[in-house]
Amino acid sequence: MSSIKLYPPKPEKVYFYGTCLVDMFYPDAGMAGIQLLEKQGIEVIFPQDQTCCGQPAYTSGYHDQAREVAAAQLGLFPGDYPIVLPSGSCAGMMREHYPELFAGHPEEAKAKEVAGRIYELTEFLMHVCHIKLEDKGEPIKVAMHTSCSARREMGLGEVGPALLGQLDNVELVEQARVKECCGFGGAFSVRHPEISEAMVTDKVEAIDATGANTLISSDCGCMMNITGAAEHMKKEFKGEHIASFLWRRCHES
Amino acid sequence: MSHNQPEKTAQSGVKEFHPRVHEAINNPQIRANFRKAMDGLMDKRQAAFPSDDELQGLRDLVAAIRLRALSKLPELLEKLEENLTANGVKVHWAENGDQACQIILDICQQKNAKSVIKGKSMVSEEMELNHYLEKHGIEALESDLGEYIVQLAEETPSHIIMPAIHKNTDEISDLMHDKTGTKKSRDVEYLTAEARQQLRKRFEKADVGVSGVNFAVAETGTLCLVENEGNGRLTTTVPPVHIAVTGIEKVVENLEDVAPLLSLLTRSATGQHITTYFNMISSPRKEGELDGPEEVHLVLVDSGRSNIYQDDELLDTLRCIRCGACMNHCPVYTRIGGHAYGYTYPGPIGKILMPHLAGLDDAKDLPSASSLCGACGEVCPVRIPIPKLLVRLREESVAGDSDHNNSSVKGRGSKRSTSESLIWKGWAKMHKSGGLYRTGTGAATVFRFLMPNKIGAWTKCRTAPKLAPSTLHQQVKARGKNGGEK
Ligand code: SF4
Repeated sequence: MSSIKLYPPKPEKVYFYGTCLVDMFYPDAGMAGIQLLEKQGIEVIFPQDQTCCGQPAYTSGYHDQAREVAAAQLGLFPGDYPIVLPSGSCAGMMREHYPELFAGHPEEAKAKEVAGRIYELTEFLMHVCHIKLEDKGEPIKVAMHTSCSARREMGLGEVGPALLGQLDNVELVEQARVKECCGFGGAFSVRHPEISEAMVTDKVEAIDATGANTLISSDCGCMMNITGAAEHMKKEFKGEHIASFLWRRCHES
Repeated sequence: MSHNQPEKTAQSGVKEFHPRVHEAINNPQIRANFRKAMDGLMDKRQAAFPSDDELQGLRDLVAAIRLRALSKLPELLEKLEENLTANGVKVHWAENGDQACQIILDICQQKNAKSVIKGKSMVSEEMELNHYLEKHGIEALESDLGEYIVQLAEETPSHIIMPAIHKNTDEISDLMHDKTGTKKSRDVEYLTAEARQQLRKRFEKADVGVSGVNFAVAETGTLCLVENEGNGRLTTTVPPVHIAVTGIEKVVENLEDVAPLLSLLTRSATGQHITTYFNMISSPRKEGELDGPEEVHLVLVDSGRSNIYQDDELLDTLRCIRCGACMNHCPVYTRIGGHAYGYTYPGPIGKILMPHLAGLDDAKDLPSASSLCGACGEVCPVRIPIPKLLVRLREESVAGDSDHNNSSVKGRGSKRSTSESLIWKGWAKMHKSGGLYRTGTGAATVFRFLMPNKIGAWTKCRTAPKLAPSTLHQQVKARGKNGGEK
């Protein structure tokens, strides 16, 4: 359950936690996130020793291994600045699950302290930075998929659409069953490939039916899943992380 | 096309999970029937809760009621027995399904019963009561319309509230035509009226009525039964003997607890503000009364529930009031339907309950068959943290001797494999060191770590993700600022 979050005033510095998927597959989304934060006058610190939040091991039931990796992340943020992640599912892991994962362990207090500083990028831009976006791009029709973690664990279902709503030339269309999971779920997708396939296929069809030519997501996991399936199904629409999209529309066009 | 349910159901696991999923997912009729039904049920639930504030407040209240009942479970069960006994209801305790079946059989035999009529009861499905009675020469007839259809088809329920939801009207019409000689028709009212006629005669000659229980009220010794068809009332009042059967977790403390529970149960389940019938049974027929059974029994079944009760986290499983909302909203259930799970309770509640009832070794594929999307937890009226419990059961599945030492989950560790635990150890070693990670990211993708030989499962319906030419770590470093720790 997402707890009601009281947002602090805009800080001078933040830590940026890129997440392993962004690191390896979508570094541009990470760079765009950093640049969006810098445009808000914030100094962004990227700890080079960051790796992975531990979620893959955690959801697979390997909690000792998840803890080992998570414990190493806890030491990366010595200053008391907010920690910003361009992913709802990794942010959900660190905010919602770290305290449980470390309950009864020596790092418990630290885990809670870090969890209290975790923000998903779009949440941070909207609720802490109160970002004002100025759209410089051509008219475009987009659809958005919000990850289940961002929507349900973090309670951020409205944030992505609200940010896109600030862009004058962007028409956001809503696919049928917009809240339904895209079927990735980490190891679920390879342990139960047929179920995952049925889910992502339905998701791609629903997005395609809107006529949008870009799918925006704030989670690279969902995006990789949906665009991978869309490509396989020879659909026209492309995927773009919301950070790249916002940066491109407002600062590069 | 009808879904072929293997003769033997539930716990025995005739077929493995994956072949069942394969069969269901490739059956367009099953897919269409469930999608349509679940969409309808989701809309109805949504419409029944116009105010989200009210809904969330009610969920808090009702979760607290269930939690309070569970926190005093042993005490409340004793009180329930005491008050029911004082009311003239006979209480029986069964450690498992077989014992419960035996108790019911004994009562039937004492009464020389030949025919039993049944109201809907998932616990009786769980213990395969019909099968047991029939083996001993007693006919057991389901009187809930959905259960009646499922029984005609020699299947098991595919949903805990709507047992025949996997069938559309045409399939039901064909089935009734074949088995009972009704005319083929798409007129639901006609079909219902026919079934009603057929059932009505059976009520008159039934020797014993067997029903479930939705809430058992400890303070007053009252058994509450929620239903829409009136078959529950007939089952519990027409035959001379009524036997109610339920799990030990169904107890609530007092009558005041029932109103909010009922309101949330019916709205979550079918979007109804109240069901057509709500029965409160507190005693057999009293002197001078003109109707009602001469004897009322309650069979309280454990079947692994007290084992769940031992664990502070897993205990939440027992809060369930069997509304079915979790399956109505589940993207997995919607696609594979109820039978593919292979157990009495399908969907999210089945995934967290069956591993205890059947053992994790038996129900080994259930906890992982979820994307952890959280749709179930979001709608659960009693706020069971279903995704969290799934993760816990995954942990139990792969647990070695050292983790969760006190856990007594049946069949724990049964999914543990040396190769997989080695993979995760390697993953941890690499990801707990920033240096090792940076040198390895190019070569070792998360996917290779996840399932080294199963990337094929990913690319069957997706193009493979492409590694970026340089990582974010490298790009930040190349920029020359903010890459260091401060
Ligand atoms: S787990 Fe919750 S949503 Fe599912 S049947 Fe039980 S009470 Fe209903």
